[in-house]
Amino acid sequence: MNSSRILTRLASPRTGGLLALAILIALLPLALPNRYFYDVAILVGLNAIVCVGLNLLIGYAGQISLGHAGFFGLGAYGSAILATRYGWPPLAALLATTVAVALLAFIVGRPILRLKGHYLAMATLGLGIIIFMVLTTEDKFTGGPDGISVVPFRIGAFALQGEHIWYWVVGVLLLLAVWLALNLIESPTGRALRALHSSEVGAEVVGINAAEHKLMVFVISAVFASVAGSLGAHYSGFVTPSKAAFLHSIELVTMVVFGGLASTYGAVVGAAVLTTLPQLLTSFEDYEMMVFGALMIGTMVFLPRGVVPSIARLLASRRKAVPDDKADGK
Amino acid sequence: MNSTQTRSSFKRGLAAGAAALALIAGTAVAQEPIKIGSFLSVTGGASFLGDPEKKTLELYVDKINAAGGVLGRKLQLIVYDTGGSAEKARTFAKRLIDEDKVDVIVGGSLTGSTMAVVPLVEAAQIPFISLAGAVDIVEPVKKWVFKTPQTDRMACEKVFADMQARKLTKIALISGNGAFGKSMRAQCLSVASKYGIQVIADESYSNGDTDMTAQLTKIKNTPGLQAVLNPGFGATPAIVTKNYRQIGITVPLYESHGVASKGYIKLAGAAANGVRLPAGALLVADTLPASDPQRAVLLSYKHAYESKYHSDVATFGGHAYDGLMIAVDAMKKVGSTDKAKVRDAIEATHGFIGIDGTFNMTPTDHMGLDLSAFRMLEIKNGDWTLVK
Amino acid sequence: MSAQFMQYLLTGLTVGAIYALVALGFSIIFNASHVINFAQGEFVMIGGMATVWLVAAGLPYLPAILLAIAAAALVGLALEKFAIEPARDASVVTLIIITIGASIFLRGLAMVVWDKGFHALKPFTGDTPIAIGGATILPQSLWVLGVTLVIVLALSWFFGRTLLGKAMLATSHNRLAAQLVGINVRMVLFLSFGLSAALGAIAGILIAPITATSYDVGIMLGLKGFAAAILGGLGSGIGAVVGGLVLGIAETMSAGYLSSAYKDAIAFVIILVVLFFMPSGLFGRRGGERV
Repeated sequence: MNSSRILTRLASPRTGGLLALAILIALLPLALPNRYFYDVAILVGLNAIVCVGLNLLIGYAGQISLGHAGFFGLGAYGSAILATRYGWPPLAALLATTVAVALLAFIVGRPILRLKGHYLAMATLGLGIIIFMVLTTEDKFTGGPDGISVVPFRIGAFALQGEHIWYWVVGVLLLLAVWLALNLIESPTGRALRALHSSEVGAEVVGINAAEHKLMVFVISAVFASVAGSLGAHYSGFVTPSKAAFLHSIELVTMVVFGGLASTYGAVVGAAVLTTLPQLLTSFEDYEMMVFGALMIGTMVFLPRGVVPSIARLLASRRKAVPDDKADGK
Repeated sequence: MNSTQTRSSFKRGLAAGAAALALIAGTAVAQEPIKIGSFLSVTGGASFLGDPEKKTLELYVDKINAAGGVLGRKLQLIVYDTGGSAEKARTFAKRLIDEDKVDVIVGGSLTGSTMAVVPLVEAAQIPFISLAGAVDIVEPVKKWVFKTPQTDRMACEKVFADMQARKLTKIALISGNGAFGKSMRAQCLSVASKYGIQVIADESYSNGDTDMTAQLTKIKNTPGLQAVLNPGFGATPAIVTKNYRQIGITVPLYESHGVASKGYIKLAGAAANGVRLPAGALLVADTLPASDPQRAVLLSYKHAYESKYHSDVATFGGHAYDGLMIAVDAMKKVGSTDKAKVRDAIEATHGFIGIDGTFNMTPTDHMGLDLSAFRMLEIKNGDWTLVK
Repeated sequence: MSAQFMQYLLTGLTVGAIYALVALGFSIIFNASHVINFAQGEFVMIGGMATVWLVAAGLPYLPAILLAIAAAALVGLALEKFAIEPARDASVVTLIIITIGASIFLRGLAMVVWDKGFHALKPFTGDTPIAIGGATILPQSLWVLGVTLVIVLALSWFFGRTLLGKAMLATSHNRLAAQLVGINVRMVLFLSFGLSAALGAIAGILIAPITATSYDVGIMLGLKGFAAAILGGLGSGIGAVVGGLVLGIAETMSAGYLSSAYKDAIAFVIILVVLFFMPSGLFGRRGGERV
């Protein structure tokens, strides 16, 4: 391969981007002085996994979900209850929970995805709230609003404990999630999704089964959320219903839109910024909410397509400007 | 000078220099502040807990520093707002332990936040005094975890004892579905039979609800009803109280210690008259006899808080006062901030007169209060009175 | 049994009327811009909190109420001018995130300007419950129902008879066509925010004497109002009102006859079922899809 082909391959999101992300994840620990920083990084990673999945649904398939925290919460509680209350091996609990959540998403997805736009938003919101209420009310199972503690994640005799180990686990899983998402987007299914997004009727005309494809993305994004939820439960060592709360769903959607719709790396950036921002704003104390809200408004007004696509556009337009200058003979 | 003299003066100079350095270094260490870490629900649904707690901590850290600090060092307070989220509480606790490197943690307005942090403080071996209510925090006892507020189980027992004395045996529960309400409801159900109490109706509401007449109507129509208990906090119990009078239920209404603040009376208005609740003695401090051991401490806190913040004092702030003072007391007793020694001293707290009561901790009791810490109050003419 | 039913019905109507007012606010803004304004609940909060504050500062009741409504309307106008208009070409999802940011900002502002506590407003005409058919209703509830009715009538007059109202209605049907006949659609958007804010504030003031107001009452009420607007069909005034009343009654009936712990969940299940059979809500425009 000659150098220009290598460069072209590097520039593609799948290889170049993944490589860059992998290098970032590998080198980041050099900048993390103590366990607190690792903790924030791990939380960023878990949120990013959910957002990458959610972005497939919102950004590529053009649907919306205001209840995705519900799947996250179900993943968390499923693992928590099976592993702690019933003593299942955590890996088995994780797999069983993921399958159960996928099944739930499949069953409710069919009728829900017949709705469009804000009605779909309301339906997913309602679903999220119902899940939250069940988790809060059935306190004999779920421990109610105070939640329950969760045993550490064990594979055989080896226990995943401590921020350092979890950092690498979440880092690898994030890379895997991004790789899966990117592959899906480039595949025929992904192209079908993008066709759906621009015009559902048009896509159906060329033979794409809209309902099936929408359902598949819905289930995939639910699975991403559920797995992240299960891992988060074992990492933190406890679960509370707020993991499934409406506000958490809104946070997730905000991360996706903020980072950039239809941009997988945008979802990662969005998760990173909005997870770390509250930590940076603590010094504002009473004014923290105002500053946070103002920042959200400001960024969306000035970067309406989200952070990553807007910056990409800026860079692209700069690159185009240079040959014009040369043409002017300057 | 000959060589011996040079060497000895050199040695003297070296010794003097070393002594000077040690003095400077010693002073530098002595000047380093003692860090008190805290994470509280200052905003969000539980802000009526976290807000007075934060204000109390700030007020008394300033007072202590103005009086010279502790062990010759100033206190530095680091407070993070969890917004009621247990996840944020965990991250902030890590921040306090690993980044800010605090000497002791006094915080955790909510049980969920506290329980999330327990594994961290046990692993980091740092003393932690929680300001949350549930009995699970100290049962089973955890080596590094203590708490100051009376437990929700104690609140149930105090109410049930009063009901027993008034021969009220068939009662209804109407609880908030938040952490506080649910936890207290569970405790009440578990201790009811000990006092001969039978729960014949069990309704609940969401903390943001605007009207509870539906649930209360169901309760009103339950045959044999003799009293109603409302575990809950925030503004919603005030609405429950107003609805209660509106639909004309005549049997006695008991509230929980979650409404132990003037705000409840202001919101419920005349409907609050006749309501009984278990609460710390802070609310009736001025009516206490001079012989009451808590009177002086209560009045001093009430005066200090109200003159600084121009708002009514709340029992929740008192939890923070007790936590801070017990920790500071422990440090003074052992003369250092060594975490293990401070922990031992906290565990040995004896006869400490606080806002919540008189504390007598032991290795098996990391709270140190008994039922006498709660007084039974009744609201008359829009004010708190002590039920004898 | 029927006294119980009557009680549930009266309570449900009161609660439903509040949801209806909030839902109307959602619908009006949606009509002008296809944006869901997640800050709608905050207007409700501003109405209640501002009135409490003004009354505590010494103002008599009626001027305090009018001033609070005006203040909320101003906030709504400012929101449109500084947060929505600069991003008017952005996608709908971006605009929703902006309104979410605005709701967080307004809540933070309220926390700082006022405080974090709960406050009550004195009822307009007293506290003595009125007996109707074995059930009781507070005088304030009658105010809620009465004012809501008056507002609904006023709005239908406004949208049906006045030029400005008709212009706003035209914009909601077809923005491009409205522009072509000379309607200033930017002004329409501007005013619709102000109007929605005023409606939200009125709802907040009406209910503050019954419940309590605080800096974060907006979250739950905004959510329920949105649910009511969707149930009734976004963009339909009648839908908003009917949706609100149905939601309120469904909640109280569920609490009374089924399970008070799950009443909110049951209400949402009902909404989901309705949407399953009527994907555009009860009165929503069954629009054809433009290919």
